[in-house]
Amino acid sequence: MTAPGAAGSAGGWWGTEDVCVRFGGTLALDHVWFRAEPGRVSAVVGGDGAGRTTLLRCLAGALAPASGRVRRPAPLATGYMSAGSGVYPDLSVNENLAFRATAYRVPPQQAHERTGELLARAGLDRVGDRLAGQLSGGMRQKLGVIAAMIHRPDLLVLDEPTTGVDPVSRSDLWWLIARAAAGGTAVVLATSYLDEAERAHDVLVLDAGTVLGSGTAEQIVAAMPGSLTVTGERPAGEAGRRAWRREGRWRVWDPAGGDPAGVIVPDLQDAVTVAILARELSLVPAGGEPR
Amino acid sequence: MTELPAQAFAVTRAFGHFVAVDQVDLEVRPGEVVGLLGANGAGKTTLIRLLLGLLRPSGGEIRLFGEPPSRHARRRIGYVPQGLGLYDDLTPAENLAFSAAVFGEGPEAAALPAPLRPYRGTVVGALPLGVQRTAAFAEALAHRPDLLVLDEPTSGVDPLARARLWETVAAAAAAGAGVLVTTHYMDEAGECDRLVIMAAGRAVARGTAREITGDTRISVVEAESWAAAFGALEAAGLPVTLVGRTLRVPGVPPDAVRRALGNLPATVTSAPATLEERFFELTLSSGKTEAPS
Repeated sequence: MTAPGAAGSAGGWWGTEDVCVRFGGTLALDHVWFRAEPGRVSAVVGGDGAGRTTLLRCLAGALAPASGRVRRPAPLATGYMSAGSGVYPDLSVNENLAFRATAYRVPPQQAHERTGELLARAGLDRVGDRLAGQLSGGMRQKLGVIAAMIHRPDLLVLDEPTTGVDPVSRSDLWWLIARAAAGGTAVVLATSYLDEAERAHDVLVLDAGTVLGSGTAEQIVAAMPGSLTVTGERPAGEAGRRAWRREGRWRVWDPAGGDPAGVIVPDLQDAVTVAILARELSLVPAGGEPR
Repeated sequence: MTELPAQAFAVTRAFGHFVAVDQVDLEVRPGEVVGLLGANGAGKTTLIRLLLGLLRPSGGEIRLFGEPPSRHARRRIGYVPQGLGLYDDLTPAENLAFSAAVFGEGPEAAALPAPLRPYRGTVVGALPLGVQRTAAFAEALAHRPDLLVLDEPTSGVDPLARARLWETVAAAAAAGAGVLVTTHYMDEAGECDRLVIMAAGRAVARGTAREITGDTRISVVEAESWAAAFGALEAAGLPVTLVGRTLRVPGVPPDAVRRALGNLPATVTSAPATLEERFFELTLSSGKTEAPS
């Protein structure tokens, strides 16, 4: 069930309650609870097929769940950027924004005022007449985000705004995201970069449609089962399956959290890697091949 | 003369009036992983194309294994481009077999590595991105290259898949290959023995991440209301970034940040810059970051 406007102006939240989505025989989202609050940035992380895009499409109202409830604002109070920016390549930067403003019923003068400053700050003010299809990847993503927030939505949903984008454009994108949140918008973004998730206020870790963790980055780290040690070489035998490379050394996860000697304090990247690894190990018997 | 996998001596490449690569020196030694960082338009991809012999320098010199780039030298290179360079409508095994044949390798070079075996019957275009990247790596490594060139090899994959790709890179380096890798992800700088930062066509910094970051510091703002502080700093035209409820302001000393905050309740301190923040300083001080079209 989808309930536009359910959270209303009661200072509530947007999100999903026990949502399941099926594509054929595949459970793309498996009883997902998620909450995005006004003025906060929530990052949804996970790998391929984790269900990030499916969750975001539910929040944007582009997909109805098989069961559970989506709490989202009315369509005109939602902003959504699909993966790959969602801008029209055959329209210029200015035409893209004018089109969006009309679709969201923002008066042209107001739209012009709102976007002028954002375009300047994002380094797009001098390419207003360029076709969106001719922009660099980073510029196109920035245009996509500005187009999605042109109407100051209550909920802004961004699917991988920063993937493949260079660090300078990434910083501009984060400025736009922070700007939206500072204005009271609830921002939800999917990312594959854990340093970005660490900058968000709240994090949801998805894998194969299941929630592996949620909360602040600190809460997710604190909830990591077992403990981590660091070694110079990959350990032999069974422990090698619980090891991965990071910064030229090996992290080794001990699910039992045994020997405290040499145990390190994990960060969000460690905690998410452990979550994905734990799930993978539970699916692959020792000595077996992945599914 | 020692045979280094790749060397660039003051190499320059201009397109019309636009100088994409400007007197860059670079060296990749055997067994070494060199990270090439830079914004779009900084010249990374042009430099890679010069090294691969796909472009001729306008000035300076490129040497591969001690000689000018040639067909012969190119056979010793493994290359994973940003777009991965796989045939979408062939399976991983078919891609590998084709590539092995092109490189004149035997069937052993076309053997499918274990992580790809579950996807034996699936065409590459239908595989998850992480698996596609694994396949591209396998193809680039099949002829045991002495120089491995990777252009943004881990974009868009989860952290465990990323760690495994780096494991493959490290294994190739341990076996003696020189590796040149570009990335937009500063966390990966820790996987490189050495970094070269490019901005506006020039190499503006080189060394380990720690050497490049040096003692650069930034200002940190902890405010009662981050949104209000963000608004004040933004109005003052300062380059502010949001990290949780904390704001970071690179390149501006704490007293100037304090002044910009006016009467807002907040503490302003100074902290060591991250590599990414140092990168911004280097990039912004070198001027434009996007190539004109």
